[in-house]
Amino acid sequence: MKKIIGSALAGTLGLSIAFGISAGPVEDQIAFQKYYENRFPDTPTEDFANGVYSILPTAREQWEAIEEFPPYELAIEAGEEFYNKTFANGKSLADCFGADGAVRNQYPKWDSERGMVVTMELAINECLTANGEKPLKYKKGKITEVTAYMSFNSRGQKVDVKIPSDDPRALAAYENGKEHFYTKRGQLNFACADCHLLTAGNLYRADTTSPGFGHGTHWPVFRSKWQSMGTLHRRFNSIKIQDHRSATNSIKISSNELCSVWTSLKPIPSIFNAPRTSGIPLFSVAMSYE
Amino acid sequence: MKKELLTALLASALVSPLAIADAVKQGKELAWSRKKGNCLTCHMVEGGQQTGNSGPPLMSMKARYPDKAALREQIWDPTKRNPLTNMPPFGRNKILTEAEIDQVVEYLYSL
Ligand code: HEC
Ligand code: HEC
Repeated sequence: MKKIIGSALAGTLGLSIAFGISAGPVEDQIAFQKYYENRFPDTPTEDFANGVYSILPTAREQWEAIEEFPPYELAIEAGEEFYNKTFANGKSLADCFGADGAVRNQYPKWDSERGMVVTMELAINECLTANGEKPLKYKKGKITEVTAYMSFNSRGQKVDVKIPSDDPRALAAYENGKEHFYTKRGQLNFACADCHLLTAGNLYRADTTSPGFGHGTHWPVFRSKWQSMGTLHRRFNSIKIQDHRSATNSIKISSNELCSVWTSLKPIPSIFNAPRTSGIPLFSVAMSYE
Repeated sequence: MKKELLTALLASALVSPLAIADAVKQGKELAWSRKKGNCLTCHMVEGGQQTGNSGPPLMSMKARYPDKAALREQIWDPTKRNPLTNMPPFGRNKILTEAEIDQVVEYLYSL
């Protein structure tokens, strides 16, 4: 970050400096968390895991009503079955992720051998292919069932994503994600931070923007708009569209550097967000109202 | 000759208020359209539905911006005044054409 000058990034730096974010991941997390705690003093810290519901009482009521008959229950059941199904070679996902798959809090994970970010979805697919099974598609369907099951079992865990300080590649990936979060881009000149930090809680048309602190802690979700389950990958896809000629067009630049194999750039924002959310208990498998 | 000039003068005197009214109408369409200005995403405007509040309400624009050029500049590139603003640079990034921005400014002046 320090080396970047160019006027396109002036805003990024300005924002980082404005919020005292200039140092490493740990200092960043403290400053980031404090910003949201100050902005939303009525929200208990761990409640930020609930996304926009943490700051919007009316939506929260609707959500809690829906939670009485969770629309993701069937997905969890199907996911449990898939999780325990034996592969042709006699093994199962449990051989990769333990008896109940309660590992959601460790993802996205830095793989220091390969020098890359691994999401839980990718790890599941790697487990499948290593055992001679077909990988799953990333956005909807079976993948949401397995991750719903594993995430549900991980509920209440605290996010425990680590960025090893002795691996410069990990730090570079982190900085890349951070830069992405704060950099204005695209025709509309939007940064994620514009909506989820600077104006978090404000209205864009009828949508209140959620605090960036807590993002990524409750996926997959059943979303009313989809009338089905989706992974964070699926959500990011619509964020690109939602931002309307926006923001995210140029994500590809960083995705080439970071996730050549993986289908998308999704881990970039999440590796940036996730360490900030450490300390927040996961509320995995949520319901998203819009 | 005299008569022709008079007709021309009359015509232009008649045309320009009409032209302005037309620009206001076009400008409103541009500002309200989700595909064009989409200003209501962030700004409350009288009569608008589902307006956001990420930007200030658009009202009394003529009184607040006696200098029309400054108002135009705010639409053309709001980052000049505030580099961190989340308002898109409609002119600089060619989201609207120069003529469209003129129409939006006329509309704002009518608010
Ligand atoms: C112009 C405004 C805007 C921009 C720019 C924007 N978002 Fe959003 N985002 C929204 C709105 C509105 C929603 C839906 C309400 C909400 O926040 O839950 C949303 C939802 C989300 C969600 C789902 C929230 C949840 O709790 O599940 C995530 C994650 C997210 N955005 C991340 C990002 C990232 C990362 C970027 C930048 C690459 C970005 N957004 C850019 C407005 C924006
Ligand atoms: C994504 C949000 C967003 C959109 C879309 C947007 N604006 Fe803005 N606008 C803002 C914000 C925020 C400000 C406050 C000034 C600042 O941030 O520097 C602002 C300020 C203004 C001002 C100055 C108001 C004042 O009180 O001085 C005008 C005029 C204006 N906008 C007009 C428009 C018009 C016209 C459009 C559409 C063509 C538009 N805006 C679209 C966010 C937006």
